[in-house]
Amino acid sequence: MEQSYVVAEKFWPLLRVLFLAQEASIKLRKHFFPFSPLWGFEPQASPLDSIKGPHTSTQGLGPWCSPTGSPAPLSCETGCGEGSWILVCRLLVPTQVSLLSMEEDIDTRKINNSFLRDHSYATEADIISTVEFNHTGELLATGDKGGRVVIFQREQESKNQVHRRGEYNVYSTFQSHEPEFDYLKSLEIEEKINKIRWLPQQNAAYFLLSTNDKTVKLWKVSERDKRPEGYNLKDEEGRLRDPATITTLRVPVLRPMDLMVEATPRRVFANAHTYHINSISVNSDYETYMSADDLRINLWNFEITNQSFNIVDIKPANMEELTEVITAAEFHPHHCNSFVYSSSKGTIRLCDMRASALCDRHSKFFEEPEDPSNRSFFSEIISSISDVKFSHSGRYIMTRDYLTVKVWDLNMENRPIETYQVHDYLRSKLCSLYENDCIFDKFECVWNGSDSVIMTGSYNNFFRMFDRNTKRDVTLEASRENSKPRAILKPRKVCVGGKRRKDEISVDSLDFSKKILHTAWHPSENIIAVAATNNLYIFQDKVN
Amino acid sequence: MMLSKGLKRKREEERETETLAGDAWWLDPSLPAAAQAPPATASSSLFDLSVLKLHHSLRQGEPDLRHLVLVVNTLRRIQASMAPAPTLPPVPSPPAAPCVADSLLASSDAALSASMASLLEDLSHIEGLSQAPQPLVDEGPPGRPVGGSPPSLGALDLLGPATGCLLDDELEGLFEDIDTSMYDSELWAPASEGLKPGPEDGPGKEEALELDEAELDYLLDVLVGTQALERPPGPGR
Repeated sequence: MEQSYVVAEKFWPLLRVLFLAQEASIKLRKHFFPFSPLWGFEPQASPLDSIKGPHTSTQGLGPWCSPTGSPAPLSCETGCGEGSWILVCRLLVPTQVSLLSMEEDIDTRKINNSFLRDHSYATEADIISTVEFNHTGELLATGDKGGRVVIFQREQESKNQVHRRGEYNVYSTFQSHEPEFDYLKSLEIEEKINKIRWLPQQNAAYFLLSTNDKTVKLWKVSERDKRPEGYNLKDEEGRLRDPATITTLRVPVLRPMDLMVEATPRRVFANAHTYHINSISVNSDYETYMSADDLRINLWNFEITNQSFNIVDIKPANMEELTEVITAAEFHPHHCNSFVYSSSKGTIRLCDMRASALCDRHSKFFEEPEDPSNRSFFSEIISSISDVKFSHSGRYIMTRDYLTVKVWDLNMENRPIETYQVHDYLRSKLCSLYENDCIFDKFECVWNGSDSVIMTGSYNNFFRMFDRNTKRDVTLEASRENSKPRAILKPRKVCVGGKRRKDEISVDSLDFSKKILHTAWHPSENIIAVAATNNLYIFQDKVN
Repeated sequence: MMLSKGLKRKREEERETETLAGDAWWLDPSLPAAAQAPPATASSSLFDLSVLKLHHSLRQGEPDLRHLVLVVNTLRRIQASMAPAPTLPPVPSPPAAPCVADSLLASSDAALSASMASLLEDLSHIEGLSQAPQPLVDEGPPGRPVGGSPPSLGALDLLGPATGCLLDDELEGLFEDIDTSMYDSELWAPASEGLKPGPEDGPGKEEALELDEAELDYLLDVLVGTQALERPPGPGR
C-alpha cells in the first residue's frame, strides 16, 4: 500500500483532473440531456384496442396469400429478367406493446395469426434493422430497433395445401438485447439489433448470433413438443409432495404437448468493443466468428466468452489522425483463414490470418481509382462502402457504396469487374442528401444462391436486381398500396428529366424516408425478403 | 431532418434544367464553373453546414465515428478549396464559427468524456480498466504517447487553435457544487501546477508525467480494484 501512495502522489495532478472531469461530465450530461431519447416514443393505440380490433383470429395472414394456382418448381437458374416476382406475404412483426399483454399465450405461432397490425399501430421499436435467412432457407430471422428477434418459419408443404408453400409464419419471438447503461462513460447503449447471423444446423436446435452496438449473443432456438408427466416428488401443478404421502413409485412418461418454441441465450460475448459493432461473420470452421467495430476486428471462439483475439486494429496512436473507419467485414465462405473488411474510403482489404496474428497488413488491397470527371466534395462520402459480401463461390466480392454496387474478382485488385448504377439520378442531388443526412444511409446488398443475380435497396421503397449474365436490371417496389397478393410486381421506373411517362416517378417525388436498407435472398430458391420500416415483404419468382 | 418528399416543386422543363445546373455548384471549384452561384459563397455555406453537422455529431454521448470521420474529411476538402482563392477574405466565414465552435466543444460532454476515454485507453496497459479486454494480444503498439487527443480536437484544429474558451456563466454555476475538497487536501498536494482540466492539455500532461510503466501498472491495478467494485456486473459474467 505504501508504494501505491508514492506512485499515486506522483500522478496525482492527472488523477485529480480525471476525477473532476468525470463529475463534471455527469453534470453536463444531466444538464443537456435530461430525458433519454430512446424511450420517449409512445404507441398510438392501447394494446387492448388492437386485440379487439377487426383483424383478429380468423383472417390469419389475410387475403394476400390466397392461392391462385400452384407455383412451378423454383430454381435458381432463372434470372430476374425472365421470371416475374409475386408477393407471397407481407408480415408485420407483432408490436412490442401488444406482446406484453399476451404473456399467457406461449404459442407464438398464434400471435401472427391472431392480431394483425395496421401500420399506424407500429412503434419506432418495430423498425426492422436486419434480415437473414438460415442456411436451408427454412427460417428467416429479423432483428428490430427494440432489440427483439422474430424468427419466421416456412410453411411446410402438405397434401392439402400445397399452394401455401412459400409462406412464412412466426416461429419464435424473443427479446435479444435490452438497453444498457455504460457507467464508466455515462452513456446509453442502444438495444437495436445490428446484425443476425445463423450457424449451420448441427442438431435439432437452431443457433444464431445477434449483436447490438457492443455485445454479441449466441441464441439457441429449440422446439419442445413433449413434456414429462408423473413425477413422484411433485404433483401436477409442480408443488412438492410430502414424502410421507407417497406410497407407490411410478416412472415419469413423456406425453405430447402443444408445440412450444423456446429461445435461450447460450453465450454472451461482451466488453470487447470500444466502438460500435457493425458486422459479425461466422467462420467456415464453425468454431470461430469475428465481430467488427469502427476501428477493430476481434476473433472469438464460440465456447469462450471472456476473451477474444484482436486481429485488426486501425486505431491511430493519435486520434487526431483518424481519417478512416471499418464499415463491414466478412469471412471467406470456404477458407477459414481469409476475410475481407471494407472502409469508409471505399477500399477493401483481404487478410490472411496465417500471415500474422495481427492482420494490420493486408494480403490484397482493392481500390478503384477516382473518376476525375465525377469528383466533388462528396466523393469520399459516396465512395464509403456500406456492405461487403462474398459470393457463394468465394471467387468474388460485392460492395455497396452510396450510388453503385460493384463486383470484384479476388484476383484483380485495381478495379471491379462489374459496376451497376443503383440510382445514379441522385448524383445531382448529393448536396440536398448531405443536408438531410440521407447520404450517410447504409444500404446492404445480397447475392442469389447461384451468384447470377444481385439485389440491393433504394429509396421510395424501391429495390433493384441486376442479372450479371444478361445484364438486365429491374426496379421493384415493396409497398402495401401497390401489391396485391400473388399479383405480379410491376417494374418501376424513375424519370430523370424531360417528359415523364404515365407510369414513371420523377426524382423529385421520391420519398426519402422510405428506404430499403435490408434485404435477404433464400440460399437456393428465388424467394426474397425485403424489409421496409416495420414491414417484411416476401416475394417469390413465379415462373410460367 | 428527413425529406418526406422531394425538395423541389413541379415546374416547367426549362426551369428544371436550370435548377439542376444550379444544384451542381458544389462540384470541385477548380473545374470551370458554368453555375450561377459563385463558388466562394456556395462553398462557405456548405462549410457552415458541415460545421453544424460536426457539432451535432459531437453532441451525441457517443458520436457515430463513421459519420464524424466523413464529415471531418469533407470539411477538410472544403476548407482546402476555400483557402487559396484570392477573392475570399483571409479566413472565410469561419471567424464566427470557431469561437462558437470552441465554446460549444469546450462545454461539450462528448469532448470531456472522449478525452477521458482516450486518455484512459492510452494509459492503461491493463485492459481491465478499458472496455476492451484483450489479454492474449502481445502486439499492442508500444510506447504510445500519453495524452492522445480525442477526435473533437482534430475537428477543432480545422477551425483554428483551441482557445479554451471559458464556459458560460450558467454552466459555471453547474459545477459550483462539486466538492473539490477531497481532491485538494494537503496529502495530495499536486506536484506541478502546469495542468488545466479540459481537452487541450495534451502536451502539458506529457511533460508532467514521467512514463514509468511499472508504476503506472501498479497504480492502475489499485484503481481497477476500486472501479470494479463500483461497476455493475456485465451480462456475461
